[in-house]
Amino acid sequence: MTNTQDTSTLKMTARNVDIFYGDKQAIKNVSIDVSMEHVTAFIGPSGCGKSTFLRTLNRMNDTISSARVTGDIRLDGEDIYSSSMDVVQLRARVGMVFQKPNPFPKSIYENIAYGPRIHGLATGKSEMDQIVEKSLKRAGLWEEVKDRLQDSGTALSGGQQQRLCIARAIAVDPEVILMDEPSSALDPIATAKIEELIHELRGRYAIVIVTHNMQQAARVSQRTAFFHLGTLVEYGETSDIFTNPREEKTKDYITGRYG
Amino acid sequence: MIQIAIFLVIGLALVGFAVGRGRATAFSVGRTAAAVRPHSRPNHHGAHVLLWTLVPALLLLLLSSALVPPLVNDAVLSSLPAAQRPQNPMDRAALLDEVRSIAAGESSGGFIAASNSLVPAYKVASAKFNGIATGLILLVAVIGGLFGFSRVRPDFRARTKVERLTMTVLLLASLIAILTTIGIVGSLLFESMRFFSMVSPLSFLFGTHWSPQASTGAAVDVTAFGAIPLFWGTVFIGAIIAMLVAIPFGLMSAIYLTQYADPRVRTWLKPTLELLAGVPTVVYGYFAALTIAPPLRDFAVSIGISSASSESALAAGLVMGVMIIPFVSSMADDSIAAVPQAMRDGSLAMGATPSETIKRVLVPAALPGIVGGVLLAVSRAIGETMIVVMAAGLAANLTLNPFASVTTVTTQIVQLMTGDTEFDSPKTLAAFALGLVLFLVTLALNIIALRVVKKYREAYD
Repeated sequence: MTNTQDTSTLKMTARNVDIFYGDKQAIKNVSIDVSMEHVTAFIGPSGCGKSTFLRTLNRMNDTISSARVTGDIRLDGEDIYSSSMDVVQLRARVGMVFQKPNPFPKSIYENIAYGPRIHGLATGKSEMDQIVEKSLKRAGLWEEVKDRLQDSGTALSGGQQQRLCIARAIAVDPEVILMDEPSSALDPIATAKIEELIHELRGRYAIVIVTHNMQQAARVSQRTAFFHLGTLVEYGETSDIFTNPREEKTKDYITGRYG
Repeated sequence: MIQIAIFLVIGLALVGFAVGRGRATAFSVGRTAAAVRPHSRPNHHGAHVLLWTLVPALLLLLLSSALVPPLVNDAVLSSLPAAQRPQNPMDRAALLDEVRSIAAGESSGGFIAASNSLVPAYKVASAKFNGIATGLILLVAVIGGLFGFSRVRPDFRARTKVERLTMTVLLLASLIAILTTIGIVGSLLFESMRFFSMVSPLSFLFGTHWSPQASTGAAVDVTAFGAIPLFWGTVFIGAIIAMLVAIPFGLMSAIYLTQYADPRVRTWLKPTLELLAGVPTVVYGYFAALTIAPPLRDFAVSIGISSASSESALAAGLVMGVMIIPFVSSMADDSIAAVPQAMRDGSLAMGATPSETIKRVLVPAALPGIVGGVLLAVSRAIGETMIVVMAAGLAANLTLNPFASVTTVTTQIVQLMTGDTEFDSPKTLAAFALGLVLFLVTLALNIIALRVVKKYREAYD
């Protein structure tokens, strides 16, 4: 296993990470790097631990009381599991988009303004308006919703809801955005819009995306990590993984032998 | 005699069941390929015979219990010479009552001279008519059973018939509470109408002077039935003071239980809290009157409120609020727990603290359910009786002072309906009018609350 390194732009590094749920080990000795200018995709069959690993990157696993993480995960060289790291601040820097769109039952405007408001990013109404507009524009949703910002976020279509959730994550100005199968609940057209959006966001944010759709990984990512049964089988350039995998297991999965 | 008939009928029905079932079993056991495939199971055939034995006989029993006593009475009275028959229906009923109790051995002699002499006639008539009734009932049971048995054939659809009757019984079971409620409303309406024919609804609903006990006999003071002080007292205690206690504490306990409590703590704390909802309200009443009220009065006096009473709105309201806490807590708990985990994750993933998540996402999302729960709690609080009877007092004061004695609708209903009741005086009938108002208000609250809760449930489905 080799890590494709480009030390100048490394955003997050994980070394020898083990994750346990109670007595069950979900992730075994995984080391991985996430860089700023690449979209990193995690692929693998269901239950391989890719989502579990993603959720440790912003400590969302803390909400599950039986989950336990060992090893070393750093954001800009800072240990995110150390006692000096505040989990609330960590999550403001490492945002997350979930599998199922989960807008709050509030207006579109309030969905976006929620994060900036709790973090005190805007000092007045006009500044908040700007943040909302900028976030919606970046998420490619502005043109569709600019005339109905006061409508409920839950009234949007599934694809629009997911882009609203991405806009919501962008609004708090994170450094990393984690996406947990962000288009698995969407139709092909909405999926295409999300993928397009990922392309546009690349470079501005470090993006990690979990997907069970291999074509999607091939389309949106530059680095791909293949997980199997809690271990990281192979990690490298996406083009290499899909055209010339080093491991037999990866090849079997890519060619649809199992999974 | 009738009792024996009942047992016999039940016995016959069981025999009918066994015989019908046995015969039906024989169909399938010895069935040749060409024979008809039995439509129903043996148990259905048995039940069908059982029902034919039982139901007509029991219907006849009901009928006879209505018909036999008048027949016996007529026979007894006609045995008296025409001149001695009491003319007044009340006297007649009293006489017959005495005769019956002497004949049954419940009393040894009557106050009315004629009653002892009538006992033999009563016994004869009673034996005759009861005998006829018993014979008829048994006859009907046997005929019904035989008819049912005659229909036990492989192609007979016993199951359909038995199931249809079962379904009717189930339907009746579900309707019985509703029908009873309609009956209650009917009687409330009827008695309230009588009250409103004496006291105008306007002066009842909007009058501010309440002292019904002052009206005695024929001297009715129609201005003494202004119920505003009662309505105010009810709202003051049930909807204001009690809710000031129940809403914050109920909500906070729900938030603790759903968001912060360790699962182990939750598994015993939540049932314990819900257990409190089962404490009889009279116990809370004692607590309010004996433990809470005196210190409250002393406190009020010490801060210079000389009008403080040992029966205060505050004591009753506080304890009622505590009583309602489990109710609010349980509803709020359900509503908050029903907010999808995804909402919580979404908020936490943006760097919101757990407390921001609760205040800005979970509680707002659960608000309709919480409001529904609070409305149900209010409707329970204003209908609550024992605490206010024991702790709130009887004086119909229209006051904002929580240390003063106020009275509520339920307390006054208890006052009006206990002791000497005269069902032709507005004093007693006022209780029905109060009951009607209370019923309508709680009904409206419940309807609104249930609609709010239902709408909210749909939001996440």
